[in-house]
Amino acid sequence: MITSPSASARTGPCPGWLWLNSSIGKKTVVAVTGIALVAFVIGHLLGNFTIFLGPDAINAYGAKLQSLGPLLWVIRLALLGILVAHIYFTMKLWQENNAARPQKYLASNPVGTTVFARTMRLSGLIVLAFVIFHLAHFTVRVVDTSYATMHTMLDGHEVHDVYKMVVTGFSSGPVVFIYIIGLFLLTFHLSHGLSSLFQTFGITNRRIRQNYETAGRVLAWALYVGYISIPVSIYFFGLGKGVLQ
Amino acid sequence: MNFHLKVWRQKDTNAPGTLEEYEAENIPAGASFLEMLDIVNAGLTRKNIEPIQFDSDCREGICGTCSLTINGIPHGKGRGTTCQLYMRKFQDGETITIEPFRADAFPVQRDLVTNRSAFDRVIQAGGYISERTGSAPDANSVPISKVIADQAMDAAACIGCGACAAACPNGSAMLFVSAKVTHLGLLPQGKPEKNRRVLSMVRQMDEEGFGNCSNYYACEAVCPAGVPAAFIGRMNREFTAASVKEMLGMSV
Ligand code: HEM
Ligand code: SF4
Ligand code: FES
Repeated sequence: MITSPSASARTGPCPGWLWLNSSIGKKTVVAVTGIALVAFVIGHLLGNFTIFLGPDAINAYGAKLQSLGPLLWVIRLALLGILVAHIYFTMKLWQENNAARPQKYLASNPVGTTVFARTMRLSGLIVLAFVIFHLAHFTVRVVDTSYATMHTMLDGHEVHDVYKMVVTGFSSGPVVFIYIIGLFLLTFHLSHGLSSLFQTFGITNRRIRQNYETAGRVLAWALYVGYISIPVSIYFFGLGKGVLQ
Repeated sequence: MNFHLKVWRQKDTNAPGTLEEYEAENIPAGASFLEMLDIVNAGLTRKNIEPIQFDSDCREGICGTCSLTINGIPHGKGRGTTCQLYMRKFQDGETITIEPFRADAFPVQRDLVTNRSAFDRVIQAGGYISERTGSAPDANSVPISKVIADQAMDAAACIGCGACAAACPNGSAMLFVSAKVTHLGLLPQGKPEKNRRVLSMVRQMDEEGFGNCSNYYACEAVCPAGVPAAFIGRMNREFTAASVKEMLGMSV
């Protein structure tokens, strides 16, 4: 008989802990935290698009976020926790997977897999470096400290001039280059990540899997186009040049 | 046909192995890959060289005993087992690299022979139905819809060869385990135990040191039985659902 003690007689490790330490549990945590990060990436892009509505729109958006006060910190810490969990579990999986296949084939022939899938750890770690740069650049503003002193008037209040900061930031060739590459690696990561989510959750079947994969790749590349549209518009098409005078 | 072989030779589990080179000469195009190795071995025996050790049993593609990673692909190019791979699929004069199935849970015993009993222990953990379900004629008295029967049959096609784990860059056995879990869990005879089966089998799989699935789908690409990777998705869902029942204190 496949033994399983009745619920009342069960002893030993807690079932939640067993799940979290199982192969499937860990991979599900990666997928859940991944989807939360994707939700943030989509929301962040929609917020950033306010730059195309002019200085007042994005400055009002920035001021609104700042006015959240403690709530903003709750959101930031939650995102940090999610990111840390995502990285912790992927690195744990990485370590276990290396141990499960210590010897590679001498005549290596990767069948079935895609380059996006095989480079998840590398693309993920480069994305991490990019996220740190991005926070240092526009959130902590240590890459160029003059950003912190940019202020403007909005509806009679003095607010941080996000518009001028972004336009100044993306007027630098090297910075635009870093964003184009960093975002490209994020797209690489999401090209496999988004197409593999539903397989991990098991909301799939033979016929539908192909559609999920296509949809995931399309969304990943759509996010890329959306994100780079901002530095590209500023650097190559002179968006907001007026504020720099 | 003539081939230039590079074959993995290893004395025992703990000895280091190397690739040795051999010539396979005058091989009929209709010979299977294993028959080609038989011919080479006959030649080696005549020269007093220890023949190349490899696994085989039925030689008709149904038992799952033959293995071999041929030019980096478990069971070689194309759908089917190594015993069903014919030399006419190769170019005359081609160099062919032959390695054992690689996975930490499948230790090499000698040359190309690996110990795949980890799979047997996964089956022992729950890959069966505990109650007697009757003899063959009784099967017809249980109505099963065509859709379910077809799906269970596709899962039951798994011959337990281990190519999925050998192809996976993570050494994950999830295609095999998902095939068993799906096959038994879909049918009315196996359904009552489906929760505890998926829990025990997945836990045993983890215990044996198989890796975690990263949705690479190399398994699906090499599986000689065409087991689809969507069954892994199914197993993920069933495992988490069974775990939640367990967490809530329900009997599984
Ligand atoms: C910052 C450092 C990051 C690292 C080191 C990292 C690493 C990884 C790795 C290794 C995997 C594959 C796990 C596996 O199946 O073996 C993965 C999956 C995934 N990642 Fe990341 N990642 C990072 C950031 C992100 C970000 C910022 C997002 C979203 C915007 C994201 C979204 C995803 C998604 C959706 C998956 C797929 C989950 C699945 O397989 O079902 N990751 N990540
Ligand atoms: S799922 Fe396919 S590759 Fe894996 S053991 Fe079964 S038949 Fe072999
Ligand atoms: S020897 Fe039985 S399947 Fe190949």
